[in-house]
Amino acid sequence: MAELAADKHVKYIISVEKRKDSFENVVMEHLRMNGVYWGLTTLDLLGKLDAVDSQEVIQWIMECQHESGGFAGNVGHDPHILYTLSAVQVLALFDKLNVLDFDKVANYIAGLQNDDGSFSGDVWGEVDTRFSYIAICCLSLLHCLDKINVEKAVNYIVSCKNVDGGFGCTPGGESHAGQIFCCVGALALTGSLHHVDKDLLGWWLCERQVKSGGLNGRPEKLPDVCYSWWVLSSLIMIDRVHWINKDKLVKFILNCQDIENGGISDRPDDAVDIFHTYFGVAGLSLLEYQGLKAIDPAYALPVDVVNRIFIGR
Amino acid sequence: MDSDKDEGETVLPSQRPDFADVIPIPQDDGPNPVVPIAYKQDFVEIMNYFRALYLKDERSPRALQLTHQAILLNPGNYTVWHFRRLILEALNLDLLEELDIVEKIAKNNTKNYQIWHHRRWVAEKLGNDATARELQFTRKILSLDAKNYHAWSHRQWVLQALGGWEDELDYCKQLLEEDAFNNSAWNQRYFVITRSPLLGGLKAMRNSEVNYTIEAILANPENESPWRYLRGLYKGDSESLVNDPQVPSVCLKVLSVKDNPVFALSMLLDLLCHGFRANQEFRDLVAGLSPSVPDEPDSDLAKTICSKLEQLDALRANYWRWRKSSLPRAIQDSKN
Repeated sequence: MAELAADKHVKYIISVEKRKDSFENVVMEHLRMNGVYWGLTTLDLLGKLDAVDSQEVIQWIMECQHESGGFAGNVGHDPHILYTLSAVQVLALFDKLNVLDFDKVANYIAGLQNDDGSFSGDVWGEVDTRFSYIAICCLSLLHCLDKINVEKAVNYIVSCKNVDGGFGCTPGGESHAGQIFCCVGALALTGSLHHVDKDLLGWWLCERQVKSGGLNGRPEKLPDVCYSWWVLSSLIMIDRVHWINKDKLVKFILNCQDIENGGISDRPDDAVDIFHTYFGVAGLSLLEYQGLKAIDPAYALPVDVVNRIFIGR
Repeated sequence: MDSDKDEGETVLPSQRPDFADVIPIPQDDGPNPVVPIAYKQDFVEIMNYFRALYLKDERSPRALQLTHQAILLNPGNYTVWHFRRLILEALNLDLLEELDIVEKIAKNNTKNYQIWHHRRWVAEKLGNDATARELQFTRKILSLDAKNYHAWSHRQWVLQALGGWEDELDYCKQLLEEDAFNNSAWNQRYFVITRSPLLGGLKAMRNSEVNYTIEAILANPENESPWRYLRGLYKGDSESLVNDPQVPSVCLKVLSVKDNPVFALSMLLDLLCHGFRANQEFRDLVAGLSPSVPDEPDSDLAKTICSKLEQLDALRANYWRWRKSSLPRAIQDSKN
């Protein structure tokens, strides 16, 4: 069986940043903050976060902060809750949360909560359980959960629960592994996992494993490395991860590597990208693959980073 | 906005006399950026002009055209969409035309969050004038990809906010005729029977829905979706599930065929856990399924089912082992 080409992946992540002429980079301009989170979290899991200049990254992140307190995907763009969480997570990686005005960031997020407990992504009002997770995760990292109505936030998430035990993006929306991660994560971070039917959801989640060993996100869809994260982290949070075949999943992820040039793709033999490289490595970390730092399934940050925030050094 | 479609899409701002007064502003990626971005030339130019007008907050027809050009090059750039909405509001333009533009862009970008969010913003402003159009539009997108999550979300929003429930159950039926494995269509069906103001709710719909679902199961017993849908029809009412003779009967029929028994066995297991008493016919059918599992006594049906599932559904062997170890005491005692 192939092994994790850790050094190649480190090189790949650093090279993505330098590749001129790549259309991928043009399209990524507005979500560079997410790209930085994916890339740097992967480097940290691989034990190579020191390959980047933290000062430069932090300076750039702070230039992306808007007067409202939220962060944009890049300098000069509008703030959005998606990039605000990535910014906070990356600062946490570098143990530099102290550069933030916690109240300012927290007030921005709290201002996005709606009357029904849901969260909008930004001032334009798109609502999605993804944003509930982001708000709760971000506020938890900042020790500011008291800024929002947690009970209402939880009730909204519960209203998105389906009869198959899963969760959708809004009430009645189809269960989807990505949304399930967000909802279970938000419930875990607020101590509300009793709202989850763990046995039913656990069965639905382990039904996502297909013959190749990979996981899909919904019934009858193709497997994709990104679900190694969404499905696995959810299963771990509800304590049911032993219901899937771990060895087969490890093999599937390793088969999606570009052994020569580094990087991981969605499925074997597809083109690699930074997003799937993160999800592949994070998935392997959840599977306790040798040589990787452990990642926290709810905060999506290395466990040592989370411990530093909540337990101190 | 007609010019939007003609020259707007092709002529770069540096070639247009009406942009001569604008000084383009390049993206500031910081001193020695972590992820230096390589930009394509046209894209760079359009974005530089966009930044100039955006920073001036110029809500003009030419700015509107420029946002269109920028969106065509990168529909994911949410700031461009934001600015476009501000301009649309300021200029008070015909929003039906905006739907045309979005439709063109959406055809090649059906999984882009920004497009769908923009579309909803426009539809919300148009209100009931948009209902039929939005239902038609989502149908079109779903005809290309029947599981497109964004299209389904949009459609559910349209139904709840603007109405148009009349044909929805038929639409689900049509999609399931095209692909019985389409879980999104099953989900929509559940959405309709539980939320449509025109139907009587879950209990009123249960009988006809059970019949429909059983037919779907018999046609494709390996299809996960209708089995879950069937359970959903008895949500929070396991007593009715156990007491409805149609449910054990569909298990029996599927098990008699012997192909794809996994979901039928799983449903039978659930029934037993909820107090269903299986007769000899069930026992014989289960015992007859290969592979044989000699270690369980014939009388212990629930355990035998779990052992069979461990083998038949080996990927999830641990799940079935757990089911076996956590069978309700009542079943274990009565040797059901």
